[in-house]
Amino acid sequence: MITTSSLPLSDRLLALVLRLCGGLAALVLGGIVTVLLVRALPFLVSEGAGIWKSTWQPGQGEYGMAPMIAGSLFVSVLALLLAAPVAILLAAWLRYFAPRLRRPVLAGVELMAGIPSVVYGLWGMLVLVPWINQWVPPGASWLAGSLVLALMIVPLALLVTDAALGQLPLRYQRAGEALALSRVGMLRRVLLPRAAPAIVGGVVLQFGRALGETMAVLMVCGNVVQWPDSVFAPVRTLTANIALEMAYATGDHRVALFASGLLLIAVTGVLLMASWRLRGMSHG
Amino acid sequence: MLSRLQCSLGLMVAVFLAGCGESGSAITVSGSSTIAPLMAELAERYETETGIQVDVQSGGSGRAIADVRQGLADLGMVSRALKEDEQDLEGYLIGRDGIAIIVNSANPVRALSDDQIRAIYTGKTQRWESGPGEGRDITVVHKAQGRSTQELFLAYFQLENSQVQPDQVIGENQQGIKAVAGDPFAIGYVSIGTAIYEAENGTPIRLLPLEGAPASLAVLAQGNYPLARELNLVTHGAVSQPVADFLAFVTRTDMADVYHDYYFLPAVE
Repeated sequence: MITTSSLPLSDRLLALVLRLCGGLAALVLGGIVTVLLVRALPFLVSEGAGIWKSTWQPGQGEYGMAPMIAGSLFVSVLALLLAAPVAILLAAWLRYFAPRLRRPVLAGVELMAGIPSVVYGLWGMLVLVPWINQWVPPGASWLAGSLVLALMIVPLALLVTDAALGQLPLRYQRAGEALALSRVGMLRRVLLPRAAPAIVGGVVLQFGRALGETMAVLMVCGNVVQWPDSVFAPVRTLTANIALEMAYATGDHRVALFASGLLLIAVTGVLLMASWRLRGMSHG
Repeated sequence: MLSRLQCSLGLMVAVFLAGCGESGSAITVSGSSTIAPLMAELAERYETETGIQVDVQSGGSGRAIADVRQGLADLGMVSRALKEDEQDLEGYLIGRDGIAIIVNSANPVRALSDDQIRAIYTGKTQRWESGPGEGRDITVVHKAQGRSTQELFLAYFQLENSQVQPDQVIGENQQGIKAVAGDPFAIGYVSIGTAIYEAENGTPIRLLPLEGAPASLAVLAQGNYPLARELNLVTHGAVSQPVADFLAFVTRTDMADVYHDYYFLPAVE
């Protein structure tokens, strides 16, 4: 048992600063949730049923958010479906088949992970959207949003997968080699399944990130409130809606946007807990 | 490690304080994103001349009304005429602006009638009917709820927002220009000043005339451009002396050049 009083001064100071930081972070989060709740609750009580409808016309008092909730989920799910296989296969390939390439590629990937999302959005708006437009107009669409998000997710998902594989005990690999398993067989039957909970946990966290992404999505998705009839149709996500309208909203319209922020926090919270569960499994 | 933590903590505190730091003597102006760049420039000149600080925040005409009513801003920038239910506010006309219908410059269309534009925006006309774009779907670019550009556009074409069938909804003028510049089959509408500036600087867009009136500043100045709007500053209640001084400053005749730089027409020439 370590008690703080027996530690040197610098360590006690560090502990104090860390506690302060932790407390501050918790306080800020608590404050955000409280503000959202206080602002949104009266609206949710009086108009709560209305937010599950399909028509969003704040000017006429219609606050249906269902297509935007779906839009957020659709764009993020497709992005994950595009990004996860690429990231997982690339990470496994780098670690077990091309170890020499691993370090330089990871360095590049880390750089990619550090690029601000607006830059991805700008690229999407100026290159990707006109390109899709040539094949299937209008270009700004569910697909464009998912592709841009996928590009943003791949680097982090790759790093998570790489770390998950790196944490596997070396004995699995040794035992596999002793049994003369092929590298592909070993990867498929032993290594990936063992690392799966950690990988999936990391990928779920990326899903939360995709849901929360705002600017890049706002720039490429077209932002039409509707149920998309194909991946080439424009959609509006909840986050884009808040960014587009918050500065201009008053009265109930503004409160409806707070309510949609609350919805987003709830969804992200559920995802976070799922991620903890999955990663807990890999260690326990 | 310790120093890094201290740094980040210090930074957080700094950000916190910056958020709270509102000095009492400064004039706060908030509202229309159309007027904001012009007002920022005027504010800067005012500050160099008098040393009085003027904070300009962008957030739309609706926000301006709410902010001055709640006393959050001394002046509101409203890029339209005041409405019936806004008579509790005092408006000061500082300039004029128009809204231009724009298409991609690869589009051969030279003019559209008001009825044609209405048909396009309500989805009755789905495709371009002539030229290289014949038979291609029209990409209808529309503005998001609450922007005065959108309100004015809807009012002029006598449309309800729910009647419009957009393919893309955008926020700022710049986003609208990029959307049309990147899509040869798109049509959109933005502030006339922004559109003229971008077209002159090589962005591939074309401004369409409205009912025979070319979208130019000269026509706007003659009062012949139909889709025009007022640029107003609004106040609520008693006007303090510093605010009155600033109002007098922005309408001074030697400030006309600043308005022209942003492709607006000053109210006083």
